[in-house]
Amino acid sequence: MGMTMTQKILAAHAGKDRVEAGDLILVNLDLVLGNDVTAPVAIAEFEKLGQTEVFDKQKVTMVMDHFTPNKDIKAAAQCKLCRDFCADKDIEHFYDVGEMGIEHALLPEKGLVIAGDAVIGADSHTCTYGALGAFATGVGATDMACGMATGKAWFKVPSAIKFELVGELQGYASGKDVILYIISQIGVDGALYKSMEFTGDGARSLSVSDRLCIANMAIEAGAKNGIFEVDEKTLDFIAAHSDRKPVVYAADPDAVYDETHIIDLAAIVPWVAFPHLPENGRPVDEAGDVPIQQVVIGSCTNGRLEDMIVAAEILKGRKVAKGVRAIIFPATQKIWLEAMELGLLKIFVESGCAVSTPTCGPCLGGHMGILTKGERAVATTNRNFVGRMGHPESEVYLASPAVAAASAITGKISHPRDVV
Amino acid sequence: MKFQGTVIKYGDNVDTDVIIPARYLNTFDKKELASHCMEDLDATFTSRVKAGDIMVAGENFGCGSSREHAPIAIAESGISLIIAKSFARIFYRNAINIGLAILECPAAAEAIAEGDAVSADLDNGIITNLTTGATYQTAPFPAFIQSIISNGGLIESIKSGAIG
Repeated sequence: MGMTMTQKILAAHAGKDRVEAGDLILVNLDLVLGNDVTAPVAIAEFEKLGQTEVFDKQKVTMVMDHFTPNKDIKAAAQCKLCRDFCADKDIEHFYDVGEMGIEHALLPEKGLVIAGDAVIGADSHTCTYGALGAFATGVGATDMACGMATGKAWFKVPSAIKFELVGELQGYASGKDVILYIISQIGVDGALYKSMEFTGDGARSLSVSDRLCIANMAIEAGAKNGIFEVDEKTLDFIAAHSDRKPVVYAADPDAVYDETHIIDLAAIVPWVAFPHLPENGRPVDEAGDVPIQQVVIGSCTNGRLEDMIVAAEILKGRKVAKGVRAIIFPATQKIWLEAMELGLLKIFVESGCAVSTPTCGPCLGGHMGILTKGERAVATTNRNFVGRMGHPESEVYLASPAVAAASAITGKISHPRDVV
Repeated sequence: MKFQGTVIKYGDNVDTDVIIPARYLNTFDKKELASHCMEDLDATFTSRVKAGDIMVAGENFGCGSSREHAPIAIAESGISLIIAKSFARIFYRNAINIGLAILECPAAAEAIAEGDAVSADLDNGIITNLTTGATYQTAPFPAFIQSIISNGGLIESIKSGAIG
């Protein structure tokens, strides 16, 4: 019985020739990640271990992205705790305001994750790095603390669901629409405890940016991780960002999957997930008349340069509707600079959008775009739970950058074709 | 380990954003987190929860964010045990790692009602509804996870040399 991509990476990192779904193993980690919300808890737990050093100064990273630039005094104290800890432990990969970005956009850009790595992050969207052929999964602060101390984490080896992608995306359809469609089909616990493994010609046709978006939301189907087969596009991306040599793990031909889904990318249309679960999706054309007060374009899901370009193409020469606050968050300093050099920021500002420094802020209802009672937002973020962007009686509709930009112009959930 | 308490019951897909909204994550003070526990789902929770109460819920309990603040807030509020049809995987890990008892038992989670008196024994996996007399058998934790729990959580397991 063969192994899946995920099982092969886990076996190699546990020093085993083979593993099977259900095995409990101790895995050697290539990277341990935390942010300004989760790392403070992990640091407190780390201190309890009585250890003076982290297991590897190069393999621990902290990114100050959630409540930064510091939203209040308490948030400032949490960042200071992380900053002081990283200085004390001589941790090189500490990213503060001015050099940071949203963690899951930043780490691939910095070359800190490559194919074949095993990564844990105290942030649920750590699964993003599966797009690069790594095993990456979200954990809590105690796992992060123990990972920082020992360089290891325990895992139950997951079984897998295979998504064989065929065809190519058409028109305004994007990676975001693919993953929202898949979650609407399998549900928010459709991949609970499992790997989502993406293969096929359709997967190879997707840009690395689209793959990052899809893997990012594997957690929204309950998955342990999402992972794409490594191909030339992956290797080119890694070579452009890292000097490390990737290790490519392909699934065995006789790997066992719990389910196989064939997804025709050519049939994917712009999609929107209604409140209050990412599984409440439907085609934008079936959204009906839903007036909105805010649009958020950004986040670890859709804040990359490709997302900025798509939004700018739709917003160029058009105006954000009266009564709509459109806020755009390039996900990293580098993306911000590139968006400026390409003239995208000018397009955004001229259309009536606010452009922010990178932050997770509004995605989790932290700051920089909070909704009050009864308000609705179209957001390119990843969760639309009750109260996610503010008041418990506000609403978040999840969509792609193209749909979000179009909706900003019309003031209601809109298909991009209806505005361009 | 044995537990006995009164049940507070919720539905499917209780996410970490309603367990502890992100607007309160600028602290990890346990008491402050507990004072906002469940507030966006059930504003009455903090005023009615009593030490030892048992939380019962549906599928995918604790889905969403990796915030360990969620099980910390629930434990600090006095809840002794969560019984659910299923748990989201990060919440499942986090609960074990901080020593908050959880049991996965679809039949019990379906049948037990708000306000029922329930007892549970983690060692043999038996849940008893003292109000109705019904009993339920769950699968025990794997030995590896039992060892984390019996060592008092992941930190203590590493300190004692049981892991690592």
